[in-house]
Amino acid sequence: MKDNDNNSGIVQQQLLDFYKSNEAAICADDTPKVRVLRNNALQRFQDFGFPNAKMENWRNSKIINALHGNFRMPALDEKHSEAKPFSCELCDMDTEIIMLVNGVFSGETSLKKYDNGMVIGSTRTAMKARPDLFDRYFGTTMPAETNGFYDVNTALWHDGYFVYVPKNVAAERPVQVIKLIDNESNPFVQTRNLIILEDNASLQLIDCDDSFNQQSSLINAFTEIVIGDNASLDKYKLQNINDNTSLLNSNSIRQFGNSRFRSNTISFNGGMIRNNIHVALDAEGAEAQVYGLYLMDKHQHIDNYLKVNHKVPNCTSFEKFKGILDDEASAVFNGHVYVAPGAQKTNAQQNNSNIILTPKAKIDAKPFLEIYADDVKCAHGTSTGQLDQEAMFYMQQRGISKANARMLLMYAFAAEISNHIAIPAMQERIDDMIKRRLRGELSSCDNCVLRCSHPKEYHFEIDENKL
Amino acid sequence: MDTAPQNNIINEVTNKEYEYGFVTDIETDFVPKGLNEDIVRLISRKKEEPEWLLDFRLKAFRHWLTLKQPNWGHLHLPQIDYQDIIYYAAPKKRSEKQSLDEVDPELLATFDKLGISLDEQKRLSGVAVDAVMDSTSVKTTFQDTLSKHGIIFMSFSEAVKNHPDLVRKHLGTVVPYTDNFFAALNSAVFSDGSFCYIPKGVRCPLELSTYFRINAANTGQFERTLIVAEEGAYVSYMEGCTAPQRDENQLHAAIVEIIAETDAEVKYSTVQNWYPGDKNGKGGVYNLVTKRGLCRGDRSKISWTQVETGSAITWKYPGCILKGDHSVGEFYSVAVTNNYQEADTGTKMIHLGKNTRSTIISKGISSGHSQNSYRGLVRVAPNAINARNYSQCDSLLLGDQCGAHTWPYVQCGNESSILEHEATTSKISEDQLFYCQQRGIPTEKAIGLIVNGYAKDVLNKLPMEFAVEAQKLLSITLEGSVG
Repeated sequence: MKDNDNNSGIVQQQLLDFYKSNEAAICADDTPKVRVLRNNALQRFQDFGFPNAKMENWRNSKIINALHGNFRMPALDEKHSEAKPFSCELCDMDTEIIMLVNGVFSGETSLKKYDNGMVIGSTRTAMKARPDLFDRYFGTTMPAETNGFYDVNTALWHDGYFVYVPKNVAAERPVQVIKLIDNESNPFVQTRNLIILEDNASLQLIDCDDSFNQQSSLINAFTEIVIGDNASLDKYKLQNINDNTSLLNSNSIRQFGNSRFRSNTISFNGGMIRNNIHVALDAEGAEAQVYGLYLMDKHQHIDNYLKVNHKVPNCTSFEKFKGILDDEASAVFNGHVYVAPGAQKTNAQQNNSNIILTPKAKIDAKPFLEIYADDVKCAHGTSTGQLDQEAMFYMQQRGISKANARMLLMYAFAAEISNHIAIPAMQERIDDMIKRRLRGELSSCDNCVLRCSHPKEYHFEIDENKL
Repeated sequence: MDTAPQNNIINEVTNKEYEYGFVTDIETDFVPKGLNEDIVRLISRKKEEPEWLLDFRLKAFRHWLTLKQPNWGHLHLPQIDYQDIIYYAAPKKRSEKQSLDEVDPELLATFDKLGISLDEQKRLSGVAVDAVMDSTSVKTTFQDTLSKHGIIFMSFSEAVKNHPDLVRKHLGTVVPYTDNFFAALNSAVFSDGSFCYIPKGVRCPLELSTYFRINAANTGQFERTLIVAEEGAYVSYMEGCTAPQRDENQLHAAIVEIIAETDAEVKYSTVQNWYPGDKNGKGGVYNLVTKRGLCRGDRSKISWTQVETGSAITWKYPGCILKGDHSVGEFYSVAVTNNYQEADTGTKMIHLGKNTRSTIISKGISSGHSQNSYRGLVRVAPNAINARNYSQCDSLLLGDQCGAHTWPYVQCGNESSILEHEATTSKISEDQLFYCQQRGIPTEKAIGLIVNGYAKDVLNKLPMEFAVEAQKLLSITLEGSVG
């Protein structure tokens, strides 16, 4: 405990020193508004530092242990010429691809403009090229309850991805973001992303985290999302990083009238993952659907923090997070639905289910409801258990091997989440990945094009005639 | 026969101080305001306590000095000035009223609604009780029955004197003085309370109630209850009272410890209806209690049933440590808050033994400007294989100014356990209300009916006589909350 506190102090000092010596480079392109936000955040970070395990929202979260004090701050002008041969699990889909290597935009044109007015590219370039647009939205979604990770990101961010969909435009193809960590020396990366959907716009976005080297890096990504009136965003997040990498992935979403946000966070591998999702339902008729799936084994740890803020009447939110924990994996689910005074006719559902496969795996679920309005329909539930023995017996009785029956049950459990993926090609891929993950055949090194493990055909050997 | 003059005479006699007596120093029987080691020693000396108990108090006090008043609850608990409290007052007689005519008519109306007998009304509102009807005789038969079975049921101070070994063996084993701020405070200055001991293999033939302990009325604000059920014993224990208690003490920091040995079962029921403050949230009692049961032996069972309607602030988590294999913990709660009341209550179920089971049923009802929170912990230790928990926490909102919150903590440390938690929050069903009104039932009565139906799961667990009163109490508490 003490050691961690000391380490987080060391990392805090490292980051402050890094800022001091690189202030000019970090702030070079800042608009006045961004500069003010940076300074405020830096001050807060200096005063309060990183969160600790005594804070309610960070209890039992192991991400704090990831502050091991041996980080190197990546030089800002570091060039990532060509990424290593990389084969994405979702590579041959029809998407617009954005590539970030170690948190820095990597590509030929750093800001791509489309005929329909859509803009995608680097956050930094966007700030330089479109300061008016950038200022209108940047920093507008920041949740009231901030913490050291958010502050350090706001203070030190250097780059990230930027997506802008103007009024009445429906993006033709999904945008796919591939984020790679490829660095030999424990980088601590601050990525800052901004997604803007103006009124009536719609977008599908796929965001993948992958890593190459077995290094103890820490990614601190913060994504701001603004969804205008009647706009709709589907966001898919895929996490498949190596077991030494720690990932802090924060999303702050602000939704306007009748907008729709659908998020699906699927975590296959990762040393320590913390997903923060803050949804602010700011105008009537907004709907948020937040789904998550985590399949963890070995010593992996995942922590999902989710806060849905029903500020006005007539909004809807659904949350469903499911997880399977194997070996000595541990998971935390921290859900919080807040219904403000006067937010009548709110409909909020929150659910977290877990399957524990081994005696050493652990789950800690905290589904909170905080309600200040009476005419609401709110429910939450959490369950922790094992595979249904009766279902297992039934299948075995029908000649399905124990191993297969087990797989089938686990797959059915997980598929409830993957079924919510609205891109058919992607859903198919994810299903396939889930199956392989459940067999222990999908690991983070699968992304490597060298394919040390030979690619195989995967399917469930079930004779349907016997069912 | 004209009984009025006769009653007057009896009242007069009973109100008089005993003129001839050997009862001395009534006047000196209090300690000055404030809290320090000398006060703790003084309390201990006044109660003629043995050395070990003084040590216990002093250790607790020294630990308390290192602590700060916690503030993590979903409550507006002000910083209490602990030096502004008198920590020991003799069981002074309340200024007694001559007849029920002097009693607040509103209070009497409430009594009538609760169906409390006239004599009991007098007792509760501080009117001198009819000498003939004094419960001494009842108490005697009651004590006879208990002693026949070897059951010890007496005030804590008496127990310290008469059964020091038993008290010493069990005191602080479930709630150590290091447990929390208020537990430390209570351990240092506790005034009195109840001690209950059920010997091996005895099934207590009566429902034990503090009502029968004549000195229970003035146990003060730092009460301490210790219940020990030896192997195979059974007891159903009731504390509290449905009748409104006009108590001047603002802070109540009590401790309840329950120990259940192998095959023992303890059923603890309580109805709490302390003064909740007025309609604007002024005044009212702070009810900050540490209650915990230890299922020490295999197949033991502890069950908590509580109906919480009073107090400005209620902050307590009656819990069970399920240490013995196959042990069972149960928690049934109805918490009602009205006006500006705040409640942050729930339970802790700590599963340590194998095949342990726990059930949590919590029904929260909030109205007015009140805040009602359920906060509960279910923890399954890695060795507690095959543990099973089912939690259901429902909240009912009456009115758009109140809040209902649910903060469950579910921690599972092994693969063979099954834990379930579900909760819903909603307002009173318009359909049900409409149906009742349509049949000529006025709104207020209809709400009472619906709320009672909603809380039925818990009320059913109360001992019969309690349950009847508790049902009425629920309706009364919510009176005037709809409109």
